[in-house]
Amino acid sequence: MSTITLTRPARPTVTRSNVGVGLWVFMGVATALFTLFTAAYLMRMASSDWSSIALPWQLGLSTALLVAGSAAMQVAAAAAHRGRWPRARAWLLAGGACAAAFLGAQLWAWQALLEAHVLVSGNPAASFFYLLTAMHGLHVMGGLIAWSVTAHGAWPADRAEPALPRAAHAIGLCARYWHFLLAVWVVLLATLAGATPALVAWVCGPIGALR
Amino acid sequence: MAIAVALILIVAGSVLFHLASPWWTTPLASNWGSIDGMLQLTLLITGGFFVVLNAFLVWTLLRYRHRERGPNVVRSPGELHAAYRPDNKRLERMLIIGTAVGIAALLAPGLFVYAEYVRPPEGALVMEVLGQQWKWAYRFAGADGRFGGVDPRFVGASNPLGLDPKDAAGVDDLIVPGDEVHVPLGRPVKVLLRSNDVLHDFYVPPFRARMNIVPGTVTSFWFTPTVTGRFEVLCAQLCGVGHYNMRGFVVVDQPAAFDRWLAAQTTFAAVQHLATAVATATPANADPLVARGQALAQSKGCTACHTIDGSTGVGPTWKGLLGKTERFADGSSARLDANALRHDIREPAARVAQGFAPVMPKTELSDAELDALIAYIGAQGGAAASR
Amino acid sequence: MAQTLHADTALAHGAPHAPQSFLTRYVWSQDHKVIAVQYSCIAIFTGMVGLVLSDLMRLQLGFPGVFAFIDAARYYQFVTMHGMIMVIYLLTALFLGGFGNYLIPLMVGARDMVFPYLNMLSVWVFLLAVIVLMASFFAPGGPTGAGWTLYPPQVIMPGTPGHDWGIILMLVSLLIFIVATTMGGLNYVTTVLQLRCQGMTLMRMPLSVWGIFTATILALLAFPALFVSGVMLLLDKTLGSSFFMPAMVSLGQATGYRGGSPLLFQHLFWFFGHPEVYIIALPAFGVVSDLISVHARKAIFGYRMMVWAILAIGVLSVVVWAHHMFVSGMNLYFGFFFATTTLIIAVPTAIKVYNWLLTLWRGDIHLTVPMLFALAFICTFINGGLTGLFLGNVSVDIPLSGSYFVVAHFHMVMAVSPILVVFGGIYHWYPKVSGRMLNDTIGKWHFWITFLGTYAIYFPMHYLGIMGMPRRYYAYDGYQFIPPTAQSLNAFITIAALIVGVGQLLFIANLLWSWFHGAKADPNPWRAASLEWQTPQTPPAHLNWGDELPVVHRWAYAYSVPGAREDFIAQNAPPEDGGDEPEQAAPPRRKERAR
Repeated sequence: MSTITLTRPARPTVTRSNVGVGLWVFMGVATALFTLFTAAYLMRMASSDWSSIALPWQLGLSTALLVAGSAAMQVAAAAAHRGRWPRARAWLLAGGACAAAFLGAQLWAWQALLEAHVLVSGNPAASFFYLLTAMHGLHVMGGLIAWSVTAHGAWPADRAEPALPRAAHAIGLCARYWHFLLAVWVVLLATLAGATPALVAWVCGPIGALR
Repeated sequence: MAIAVALILIVAGSVLFHLASPWWTTPLASNWGSIDGMLQLTLLITGGFFVVLNAFLVWTLLRYRHRERGPNVVRSPGELHAAYRPDNKRLERMLIIGTAVGIAALLAPGLFVYAEYVRPPEGALVMEVLGQQWKWAYRFAGADGRFGGVDPRFVGASNPLGLDPKDAAGVDDLIVPGDEVHVPLGRPVKVLLRSNDVLHDFYVPPFRARMNIVPGTVTSFWFTPTVTGRFEVLCAQLCGVGHYNMRGFVVVDQPAAFDRWLAAQTTFAAVQHLATAVATATPANADPLVARGQALAQSKGCTACHTIDGSTGVGPTWKGLLGKTERFADGSSARLDANALRHDIREPAARVAQGFAPVMPKTELSDAELDALIAYIGAQGGAAASR
Repeated sequence: MAQTLHADTALAHGAPHAPQSFLTRYVWSQDHKVIAVQYSCIAIFTGMVGLVLSDLMRLQLGFPGVFAFIDAARYYQFVTMHGMIMVIYLLTALFLGGFGNYLIPLMVGARDMVFPYLNMLSVWVFLLAVIVLMASFFAPGGPTGAGWTLYPPQVIMPGTPGHDWGIILMLVSLLIFIVATTMGGLNYVTTVLQLRCQGMTLMRMPLSVWGIFTATILALLAFPALFVSGVMLLLDKTLGSSFFMPAMVSLGQATGYRGGSPLLFQHLFWFFGHPEVYIIALPAFGVVSDLISVHARKAIFGYRMMVWAILAIGVLSVVVWAHHMFVSGMNLYFGFFFATTTLIIAVPTAIKVYNWLLTLWRGDIHLTVPMLFALAFICTFINGGLTGLFLGNVSVDIPLSGSYFVVAHFHMVMAVSPILVVFGGIYHWYPKVSGRMLNDTIGKWHFWITFLGTYAIYFPMHYLGIMGMPRRYYAYDGYQFIPPTAQSLNAFITIAALIVGVGQLLFIANLLWSWFHGAKADPNPWRAASLEWQTPQTPPAHLNWGDELPVVHRWAYAYSVPGAREDFIAQNAPPEDGGDEPEQAAPPRRKERAR
């Protein structure tokens, strides 16, 4: 394709790419979202009707899958930056597969809870469990959409060729986003498993009751 | 220079409007004159800024508006009219400091007044207000000085406040089911606010103090009545279609009169006893049309104002309404058969029953729904009902 | 220095992919200028609906009971839809999606936004949000009537109009809108950070960009709070959870809810809701600074301080939210904190007002239509800002909360002032967007009707609030403490509102007529210095700058510089033309280096 000649300042080698900055901004927005959900969770705990639910064992599996996915994406990104494309592509697929499997494991956890008659209504701890995992899961799904675009770019028409440098950068961004979602998940899981009304009262006590 | 003239007129007009305005605070009837004082102080400071800043603007416009020089102007490109003064650090610093001082002068006294607001005095008379869609009810602790427990699951026709019938502390609580409550002159009142349904707000403008009512919690505020009289209560938190119609009254009595009034109120135990007697006498609704009418009466909010047990609410009771000869505000009277009721429900503003306020809202009802409602009203008894 | 570039910038869809067909040029366009016009048209259309709703409300308030079709339920539906439409679908969309999209790339010297495809998606998602919202008018039960604040528990319970379908559609529409805003917001922030042309440091950007940029950051951080509360409310409604729903009865019927907190919703809502008003106000502040500067031929006074004030207001706006909740029943001791932060935020705001006045002082004030609107903004914003001091000071707020004083305050400061800036901005940039001038005579008529009319509506309204008239009342019959004169005042306000409402048709007519028949505009009719006026074509062509991106050598406010040939120096004029920003600006090493 023909190009436009621009008067454009040369970029120093350590440059922030546009999509990279955009991703940081989006991560900021998602952080705000999950922080607020977590705050709402802690504030709702103050009510007298709080009773924790037992978290299904499938969460251990899904967490492991998410960790594996992050590791895989990191290997893929490193390989792509070094130009080792067969390796990069393989690990890229693995990273995506792990994320998809994570979603499967989360749905399995939901199914386990539903079988135990723990529904969205009736128990606020349950309501929040479904809500928080759903929100996180939606962000993972969004990540998978970006991943599929990235994967498409990592396979040029002539399979023997290395992909464009841009594809390496995109894999790096996917890895960054995977790590972010893992961090969010760890915080959510810790909150679901570890936060108790007593703890909330101890921390927020000085500020006074919500009501 | 129309804009400068307009600004002068706006400032002058605003000041004159303020001085001449018949619309100002209602006469104070409580101890919260300090709130009024803060209002005046704020008005003074902000009013001053308003006049000075706009005056500066007007002066600037008059002095620095763009002028061509003379009728045959030829401005050379080098002639510039505006000054070049992009900043002035010293001026900015002074403006910041001056503004901060003004703000502090407003905030500090305001917070002192608020500090009184958050701490009710010892020995205040405690009164509970219940807000519900769309009426008020009140409760006083009885001789034991303690309020009984409440929960929405106990709410019923005979127990609108939802008191726990098994709680011993509630047996002697004094229930004031109507819309009017009395308080004694000169004694601090701590108002406890509850709701079994939605958010409300107990607002009596002459008292100044008020607070939202949040279902699931008890909120409160306090005031000391300083003027005797009968004051209107308004709900000040949108609570549905009847929000503007949620009327009540607070009567400030001399202490002796208040004591007499309080002694005449019914205890919860007595209310329960009465309710049991009534319940055994009322037949169940077997007719599906009537049952539908009952459901509609609740979902459309009619029960907020119309009772079925003969007591007077915001509107006439439905007990015995169908077939009754009703007197209207304009002096006329008419027999309320089914068609008349239909008309009155469809056009509530057309005529108002004597002794009642013209506040009934128009309600969306299909013809079938209206039939069901009329059936339900008829089921509450009445002379020779014609269907 | 020249460098051929392939991808990684907004130009991937460059020369051979320049839009050819009508559909790709004007409908599925990725050009920020087209997207801006699309956003603006949709927003203005919803604004007209909101305006009609407000006139219907005023008919009932001014002439109670006369218009039989406005019953209590409908009235509350009008109130709610009016509020939500105006705040979210008109003002937020117009300032960020309309002004932001058009101005940011042009003012920073970029060819387009950094993610043009995402930008295109955002306007179509916005349109979807509007369609879902408008659908609630036709849903069974009609739109929700809980007030724009949508407070639970009443919002989803019988007794409130639209509690069945209306509220679901409203919440879904808001969630969709938040997705659209996030897509757009990512663009605006990243473009400002990444695509400024050579020489355009952050401290050389016009205040319009600073205002929109800061507002966008606020939006990206505050809308999640609305998202959180909206999703939880939707679940309470559709799946019976009890996030916000306490144990309660509803019109005599027991419900299954238990343990939820209505105050939790209010905290979340206002954590969004207060920054939201600054999301509207900050772009207005930025734009009006530019209008005043250009039309008074004078550099904005205290540019650095203006930037800091915008940032300070943005940061502080996050810690004042509970001043909307002073009488909500929350912990009373919070009142001390929030009253303090609220009054602190008055200081940077006042600085801005002083600086606007000081810009005009010793200026060369041309009373063009944009300048008239800017002056009216100053007057009404002074009024509206000062009444905020009543409400922010907690003890004064106690009797005024929920009264017409609040309604008058927020209309003056959120509706009147920013809308005056919207009009001023449109009159100012219309020649750039369309290549034609808006009709001046119609503009002046529109100005006078709007300015004087809105002042007549909202100034007296404060006094009704001081008297104790609550807001959101369908009627005031039978309340003895309200004198009959108050009803006369309500009637007067209604007449004024109807006149102002009809007067806006002049504006619409002017926009449409001038697009086809307006006088052809000079490329820089206001002789402005900022970069958007220096494009090779007017209206700017696709990719804005032709073959070469501009290089900037000075700030955007080089007006009436002593010794200069003309009374303005364009930002991209050669360095030897002078007009450098005051020396407190960025140290020399950052000004002209290659980035």
